[in-house]
Amino acid sequence: MIVLDNLAKSFGSKQVLRGVSLEVPDGRNTVIIGPSGIGKSVTLKLIVGLIEPDGGAVEVDGEVVHQMDRRRLAELRGRVGYVFQFAALFDSMTVAENIRLGLVKRGHGEDVIRERIEESLAVVDLPGVEDKYPAELSGGMRKRVGIARAIALKPHYILYDEPTTGLDPITSAVMDQFMIRTRDLGVTGLVVTHDMRSAFSVGDRIAMLHEGSIRQVGTVGEIQATEDPIVRQFIEGRPGPPAPAPAGRFE
Amino acid sequence: MASRGAARDGFVAHVGRRSLETARALADVKTWGPLLAGQMRRLGVDSVPIALFIAVFTGIVLSLLSSYIFTGTVPMYFVGALVGKTVMMELGPVLTGMALAGRVGASIAAELGTMKVTEQVDALETLAYDPNSYLIVPRVLAATLMFPVVTAFAMAVGVGAGWVTSINLLDLSTPEFLKGLKQFYQFKDIWFGLVKSASFGAAVALMGCLRGLDARAGAAGVGLSTTRAVVLGCEAILVLDAFWALVLL
Repeated sequence: MIVLDNLAKSFGSKQVLRGVSLEVPDGRNTVIIGPSGIGKSVTLKLIVGLIEPDGGAVEVDGEVVHQMDRRRLAELRGRVGYVFQFAALFDSMTVAENIRLGLVKRGHGEDVIRERIEESLAVVDLPGVEDKYPAELSGGMRKRVGIARAIALKPHYILYDEPTTGLDPITSAVMDQFMIRTRDLGVTGLVVTHDMRSAFSVGDRIAMLHEGSIRQVGTVGEIQATEDPIVRQFIEGRPGPPAPAPAGRFE
Repeated sequence: MASRGAARDGFVAHVGRRSLETARALADVKTWGPLLAGQMRRLGVDSVPIALFIAVFTGIVLSLLSSYIFTGTVPMYFVGALVGKTVMMELGPVLTGMALAGRVGASIAAELGTMKVTEQVDALETLAYDPNSYLIVPRVLAATLMFPVVTAFAMAVGVGAGWVTSINLLDLSTPEFLKGLKQFYQFKDIWFGLVKSASFGAAVALMGCLRGLDARAGAAGVGLSTTRAVVLGCEAILVLDAFWALVLL
């Protein structure tokens, strides 16, 4: 299980996270929603130790990430796959080489590597692109290769950073299907997005990040029925100030 | 002014910290080993043409310049001595280093900077690779090993160009040129130049890596990092040049 415990993070004078606490239960997709620039991607980077928190801690399987030494951190990253917002594929390598890199690091033999490359590309419905370079692929295909690169390592967790941003509605729906399929394979997913259609589609639990902390956590049904004016405004995509909350709530 | 000084101090500390991390990453041979040969070809072998181009014209100018200085005052065979000493000890390593600071330093900073701003470096880390082992060590090691090789070629071609110029454009014969070349030659002339060029290679590659990995804010940030890498690489060459002159001469 991943546990975020009162996470705080600032960049210069800007405090992005002011005490984020959230549990990500195993075997389910948890979605963090919130407007752009609110710290969703920062939260994911804190989970894999790409940046260190100013306060609080991230625990993965009971271990505090920022207290891990390099060896432990490398082991953690073997259990956590990361799908980047713009795929972050290595542009000087082919698709197969992109997927191969992580497998080589884990010491797999050539047979296993070949098998895993084929298998992971099949899961994302991209057979036959092994020898193509990222520049030869569409945005949606690149994101799917990003997922293939992550799942080839057979991680326990996958962190998805804005997986449907910039994609057309059909490709977005296909991406959603991949995230659901991956969860059904037993992988715990943590998705950050501001795409509510995708959040409701893939999420088992949804958490709204607002002004540096978690505003509300609940099932899809609970979030859809929320009376919190901030959450309501966000999920309905209404501009302007939030509608007032019913008396006595959210104060 | 104070803030600029503080920034420079911060950068020096950053270079020191990164250098230590890079030295520690040397132990991770499994990661950088397979990448070394490719970087040696890219940073070294592919740089030979520009180094030789510079060496040819350096040799020509040096022989003409020494002839202009020595005519009527010093025996002309000293042209060989001046061309040999200057090319091997100073101009060969420094001019080659400067040219490679532009070519190699810029190439490294632009490549790593682009990787940084497109999150490829983060992706590398999430795949459990240490960027020091995967990106910095093979480049710094390749440049340290290959700069002396490229410089050695440049020395040979520079002296050769000086000799060809002397016998064709100056009133000098081959035996006279060789007499001057041999008379003041010491083996130290060569290894002094090669040791310097190895340190230039390390500095240029390290500056390129550091500036590239510090790149921020898209294409403009990568451009800025590339420019800084070249400027810092050239500055480092001049500082190291003076350092080796103080230490070894």
